[in-house]
Amino acid sequence: MKFGVIVFPGSNCEQDCFYAIRDILKQPAEYIWHKNTKVDAYDCLVLPGGFSYGDYLRTGAVARFSPVMKSVTRFAHRGGLVIGICNGFQILLEAGLLPGAMLRNKNLHFICKHVHIKLENNATPFTNLGKRDQILKIPIAHNEGNYYIDTKGLKNLTENKQIVFRYCSEQGEVGDRFNPNGAIGNVAGIINKQGNVLGMMPHPERSAEKLLGSDHGSLIFKSTLKWLKGK
Amino acid sequence: MLKSEIYITLKKKIVDPQGLTIKHALESMGYKGLDEVRIGKFITIKIDCQNKEKAKKKIDNMCRKLLANPITEDYNVKMKGDK
Repeated sequence: MKFGVIVFPGSNCEQDCFYAIRDILKQPAEYIWHKNTKVDAYDCLVLPGGFSYGDYLRTGAVARFSPVMKSVTRFAHRGGLVIGICNGFQILLEAGLLPGAMLRNKNLHFICKHVHIKLENNATPFTNLGKRDQILKIPIAHNEGNYYIDTKGLKNLTENKQIVFRYCSEQGEVGDRFNPNGAIGNVAGIINKQGNVLGMMPHPERSAEKLLGSDHGSLIFKSTLKWLKGK
Repeated sequence: MLKSEIYITLKKKIVDPQGLTIKHALESMGYKGLDEVRIGKFITIKIDCQNKEKAKKKIDNMCRKLLANPITEDYNVKMKGDK
């Protein structure tokens, strides 16, 4: 299965994603420069983390107008798998491929640490190898991860099981104490209603093998591969 | 050439941690009676257009499409005189 890792000016996690796919998942991967608009040959597109366009104006706000994004939108509307990690998630929000928006972290700090997240929906292409309520240890590294959506939007997300990950304690307790950035409902990752676009603030590529302190992130890549193979 | 001033602010119902922090700082400096401090963005755009209405419409569009995020932010455009 062929993965495309999209590179915007200011992306900085593309090599980690590339490594996770090619060296750990053992699948072909290619970089796609943001000016390239050909994405149809890929089975899955990954929008990596970083600081696209220096986070100017708002995170992801400028990148969403990159030439490649029209193709990504078309790809997603046709049911193609898209994963946005950290800044990639922020870009997907700005592009309207996922609902809601990101605000500055509540404590105003850039937070870079391992956190625990609870897998609340394992019936997705990206999480099918996980168990419901499984706790994953995956690092976050962001300044704007304070997910926001209005009350009605949150209700919709909940009802449609679109909240895939929530920040929690090591034991799986979801509460304010275990919310690193102020995200509404402890939301760490969501999926679109159609179920083919995932956005998550934690970095699975930074926890894709034991050497990195946790290999829990590999679940996302392995699940995606399994789903693609079974399609 | 027309000049416009654009103010972008977080929606009222959204907590502004930067504003809160600045408020605390001001209070610790001895300033009393502060009700609320909120932080936003200020953008100026000079536009080559003679018609104020048309220019404002264009800038409104820019705000909706890029400059402000309608989910979290409000914006206000003021057109200035000829420059």
